Amino acid sequence: MLFDADATSTTRRTLSATGRILRGLHLDGPLLALLGAVVAFGLFVLYSATGENLAQWISQLERLALAMAALVALAQVPPSWLRRISPLLYGIGVVLLIAVAVHGSVGNGAQRWLDLKVVRFQPSEIMKLAVPMMCAWYLHERPLPPSLRDVVVLLVIIVVPAALIAKQPDLGTALLVGSAGLLVLFLGGMSIWIILLGAGAIAAVVPVAWHFMHDYQRQRVLTFIDPSTDPLGAGYHSIQSQIAIGSGGLFGKGWMNGSQAQLEFLPERSTDFIFAVIGEELGLLGQAFLIGLYLAVIGRSLYLSAEAQNTYARLVCGSFALTFFVYAFVNTGMVSGILPVVGVPLPLVSYGGTAMVTLLASFGVMMSLVGHRKLVGA
Amino acid sequence: MRRAVRIKDHWGEQRLFFGRTLFAAIAAAVLLVVVVGRLFVLQVLWHEYYADLSQGNRVRLEPLPPDRGLIYDANGTVIAENTPAYQLELTPEQVTDVPDTLHRLAELGLVDAEQVPALSRLARSGRKFEALPLRLSMTDTDMATFSVHQHEFQGVEIQTRLARWYPFGAEGVHALGYVAAISEDDLKRIDRDEYAGSALIGKIGLESAYEQQLHGTAGHRQVLVNAQGRRVDKLGAVPVHLETLPSHAGNDLFLGLDMRIQHVAEQGLAGKRGAIVAIRPDTGDIVALASVPTYDPNKFTRGISSHEYAALRDDIDRPLFNRALRGTYPPGSTVKPMMALAGLEYGAIDPMTIKECHGYYTLPGSTHHYRDWKKNGHGAVDMRHAIATSCDVYFYGLAELLGIDKLHEAMTTLGFGKPTGVDVGGERAGLMPSQEWKMATYKQQWYPGDTVIVGIGQGYLLATPVQLAHAAAVIAARGKSFRPRLVTAVRDASTGTVHKLPPVAETPLVLKDPGMWDVIVDGMKMVTEAGGTAVVATRGTPYKIAAKTGTAQVFSLGQDEKYVAKNVAERLRDHALFIAFAPADNPKLAIAVLIENGGHGGDVAAPIARRIFDAYLLGKYEPDVPTPPPPPTKLPPNVAVEH
Repeated sequence: MLFDADATSTTRRTLSATGRILRGLHLDGPLLALLGAVVAFGLFVLYSATGENLAQWISQLERLALAMAALVALAQVPPSWLRRISPLLYGIGVVLLIAVAVHGSVGNGAQRWLDLKVVRFQPSEIMKLAVPMMCAWYLHERPLPPSLRDVVVLLVIIVVPAALIAKQPDLGTALLVGSAGLLVLFLGGMSIWIILLGAGAIAAVVPVAWHFMHDYQRQRVLTFIDPSTDPLGAGYHSIQSQIAIGSGGLFGKGWMNGSQAQLEFLPERSTDFIFAVIGEELGLLGQAFLIGLYLAVIGRSLYLSAEAQNTYARLVCGSFALTFFVYAFVNTGMVSGILPVVGVPLPLVSYGGTAMVTLLASFGVMMSLVGHRKLVGA
Repeated sequence: MRRAVRIKDHWGEQRLFFGRTLFAAIAAAVLLVVVVGRLFVLQVLWHEYYADLSQGNRVRLEPLPPDRGLIYDANGTVIAENTPAYQLELTPEQVTDVPDTLHRLAELGLVDAEQVPALSRLARSGRKFEALPLRLSMTDTDMATFSVHQHEFQGVEIQTRLARWYPFGAEGVHALGYVAAISEDDLKRIDRDEYAGSALIGKIGLESAYEQQLHGTAGHRQVLVNAQGRRVDKLGAVPVHLETLPSHAGNDLFLGLDMRIQHVAEQGLAGKRGAIVAIRPDTGDIVALASVPTYDPNKFTRGISSHEYAALRDDIDRPLFNRALRGTYPPGSTVKPMMALAGLEYGAIDPMTIKECHGYYTLPGSTHHYRDWKKNGHGAVDMRHAIATSCDVYFYGLAELLGIDKLHEAMTTLGFGKPTGVDVGGERAGLMPSQEWKMATYKQQWYPGDTVIVGIGQGYLLATPVQLAHAAAVIAARGKSFRPRLVTAVRDASTGTVHKLPPVAETPLVLKDPGMWDVIVDGMKMVTEAGGTAVVATRGTPYKIAAKTGTAQVFSLGQDEKYVAKNVAERLRDHALFIAFAPADNPKLAIAVLIENGGHGGDVAAPIARRIFDAYLLGKYEPDVPTPPPPPTKLPPNVAVEH
């Protein structure tokens, strides 16, 4: 018999045992499963996108193991402890950013890395976690929605690291750090009027920002407006990625069969532009599938943050969830040509980068904050 | 004033948070759906457009250059073939700064520094995606140097190509010519599609004259390329169907030229400046065509340096100059049989008429002495003896009797003053003067004295060695005339069949009295007999040679001066000439020999002609039979030059 009582009960017991282990480790099963699905899909695509480079694929696997370990480890940290170290983490991050600005080594034409002899790492990655945690810590004891004074203080907390990162120059990370902080403000109930006012101010600041932009950043903006003006230069990325996606069609050319990707017409095919490889080889269906997974991750994360029991946890979890969205939206938008080319990786799929570790670490923090529930009355 | 204390409203905060979260969730969903919409536009609505673009990206037409036709001599020996050579090529569209790349290659010694500007221009004027050959043949050292620095030269690659190779080197170069790198001027006149992928084109000689036949038809194939334009074999796991249009090799040429005879001719001229043309009187086939000094055509096919080229160009002995086809010389006494022929045909003189020669000739009513080469004269001579002893006085008088108009007509019929039409380019017409010509050129009337000296092949008369050989062949064939030619057959590369080309017969020279041929031939036979001017050089041959010696003045002497060779600068000494055919009564070969500033034709030119006859008629080749040197580059079994 296929569905005998014993088998059903075995399954049920296995499930409940898994659930107990997950609860014991303060991990959220559905979110973990969704993240696992994204990561597995990413590894599948990456094998093709690196041109069957097994060494790169394995190094990605190692990074993934490290990131998973970070997730599980952070999930074990008590929420109150996380909240209390938030300002410390932020402080250390700002100091390191200043250190990078003064002493950092230049890699890829930008000053991002701090060489600590043992490890070279980017302090800006810490800020992706530290800025929203700091903002949430600040708002935790204060009544919400925040007063104007609180908003101003928080803007300073956000802008200082974001500006330091933008100066490196790393526009993509500055954008992510800044949005992570602003999302806390938004979720904290900052007045809609202030948001609109801010949007107006940004519009006014654009000409000023233009003045301070690096040439390559200006070029990116210009070629975003019309990529064909510079088909072999800055517009090359955008044109080639749209050719790759468009030629993929509904079902794609098949895994490892994307001509643009395999013949290296597509630049940065395994990193920032890997979404175009998915489009070329797996078609609209492959891309829609990944976007669906992203939506599910965002949805589950927002659900968890709504379930969280205190302001700090809600704000941090909500910010992390929406930052994940910003990653996904900015990257897919840039690769498909509706956003300018900014260095933001496709979350959990792009090769390399500390972004993978930071992202999974943020989910680790999220699971700690919502996984250590105080039982009512206990 | 007391500030209002705001109490934390947990329920309110939570409701606010829910609201904001819901808004954010909806916004996120909407924005991601916008992305999916954009993808839908790209992948479904505009799919065709992008699919085409992606095809154009990766499939490129790669030219398949045809194999150039081979050239064989009369014995079926290959004298122009194709051997593999490593060629350094640059693809302009893959190079950001072409001049800089060329300069850096020049610093490594891989490109001739002086050719950098010319190569830069070529890279600009050619097609951007077509490889431009920078160096036609690379040595092992060059290959090693380039391998070390290859990563610094994006768009520069080593390709294995077939390069032309002339196994006999310099021998026969003035007949064969050579191929060399396609120049800017070539690009203007050729069909670029036909030469896509070809590095070489015929520049001179047969290689140029028969370019159409030798080149063949270019093909092409579709190849997969990556973004760097480099060829890749497969796309992922699936092979892609690619079209190929094969090239068709050029036709092979078979020559009447016999490299064994050519060798004898060039050996005979070794160390001198001169030319030899040997023609079969029955077909017009050129058996030997030599011009010395020579040069090695392989230098051109493998990329001659500007230094080497300058050395050849500026050499005072002008090795690049084709004396056989382009050298025009006063023919001197070699024209005397033709003069005699004209005299007989026009009835101006009877062959038996005896003329007295006292060592000089004077025109009626003039005191000017036209001297004979023999100071005291030949005494009484008839036509045969006048030819045999080369009596100048006899022919001064004959020319005067005929007048320039008849001389012009007769000599033009024999091929003087116009190209022979030999099937290789660059031939000069020489000059057979006439009254009209002199009036047009010098605005002067023709004087009787002008006619007199034309009678001994001096004055305005100029002829090329090939014209002299042709005239000798016409006399040998007793009026039958064939256009001189090098190529006797063509092998169609597509079918493999050899098409023999029939000899090109020209209007025969028919005498009113065919018996008069015997007078001329007898006179020419007597040249090699006792008392003749070439008796020493031709002594002891088992066959009979009919000949005429010539010694042409380069330097004019005053009325009473005596020509003494050692007193005259080497380059002003007389040219030595000799025309002959043998066997005299059944001629197989007619020869013209010219040696610049060689002196007396009977002493200097005749012995060389005799050796050629011995070789051709008796099979007595020079002891050092030429052995072709090995081609410079044989392909090593395993070479990995492509990346």
